[in-house]
Amino acid sequence: MIFYAWLISLIATLGSLFFSEVMEFVPCSLCWYQRIAMYPLVIILGTALWKNVKDIHVVAMPLAIIGWALSVYHIGVQYDLIPESASPCIQGIPCSSMYINWLGFITIPTLSFIAFSLLNFTLWKSKNEK
Amino acid sequence: MKNKKTLILGATTLLLAIFLAASLWYKNQKAETFTKEVSKKQTMLEREHSVSLGDPDAKVTLVEFLDPECESCRAFYPFVKELLSKYPDVRLVVRYAPFHPNSKFIIKVIEAARKQDKYWETLGLLFYYQPQWGSHHDPKPELVWNYLPELGLDIDKLKEDMKDPKIQEIIDIDESDTKSLGVRATPGFFVNGKPLTEFGHQQLEALIQSELK
Repeated sequence: MIFYAWLISLIATLGSLFFSEVMEFVPCSLCWYQRIAMYPLVIILGTALWKNVKDIHVVAMPLAIIGWALSVYHIGVQYDLIPESASPCIQGIPCSSMYINWLGFITIPTLSFIAFSLLNFTLWKSKNEK
Repeated sequence: MKNKKTLILGATTLLLAIFLAASLWYKNQKAETFTKEVSKKQTMLEREHSVSLGDPDAKVTLVEFLDPECESCRAFYPFVKELLSKYPDVRLVVRYAPFHPNSKFIIKVIEAARKQDKYWETLGLLFYYQPQWGSHHDPKPELVWNYLPELGLDIDKLKEDMKDPKIQEIIDIDESDTKSLGVRATPGFFVNGKPLTEFGHQQLEALIQSELK
């Protein structure tokens, strides 16, 4: 299970880097906070796998939960459920702007939400693993 | 145990390879569409008002979208000058991409100096002193008045000429051409209407050489 969690975090990290570095989408501040929660997981989970560290979910889940909460909030901002004035974007890229919209509902925060949800699920499942 | 490590390394390598391949593919794709788009908008590359340096009948026209307040433009400027002296069959056209807070003010200064036939001297001088007046943390555009007398410019006339609505028009047209052509970073180069899709000294020189053939 930890392997899957690690794989998800790696895909999410490379995916977000593809958006910002290759497609040159400038990340908004909410995106940055989600990245802060996501990127360390690649190293934390990867090292745990390599070194056979037990109970890594204790370390990883707080990050995954924070990231998940931020992505929910971000989706709220994008769909006008939370007013933009309540979001922490003061300058630069507004968090409500949508760079992508696949199939009418898949935006970057939706992708982040999916990734963090799967992470929380796999990490939680890993609890009872030996 | 061994298997797991192989799996981790394998997955990392595979994902990184996909990432790199996708990046290359995307960049090529983008460069292609950009070149195609620009080829439809050739008239936007040079306007009647645009400043030009070199033989008017030169085989190669190098269009540079620059911002006098941009550090990369400053860093690139000596190289552009070097290219012009190395390849006499190249003509330089300057267009403005005002991306910084004081860009327009500085462009007005340079364009007003053009009326006193000191365009290139002024551009060079302001690039030279750019670190002093154009710091991004603490810009001091008013400092330019200290440097300009070095060139023997009539400052009173220059200040008057800066108000010329024609200069504002030049800035507006250049700004709108910058957007329409899709120039998103400065300096932005076009060689005989072909955009420089991969930025760099060597890449620019290679593109010029291919057009000189």
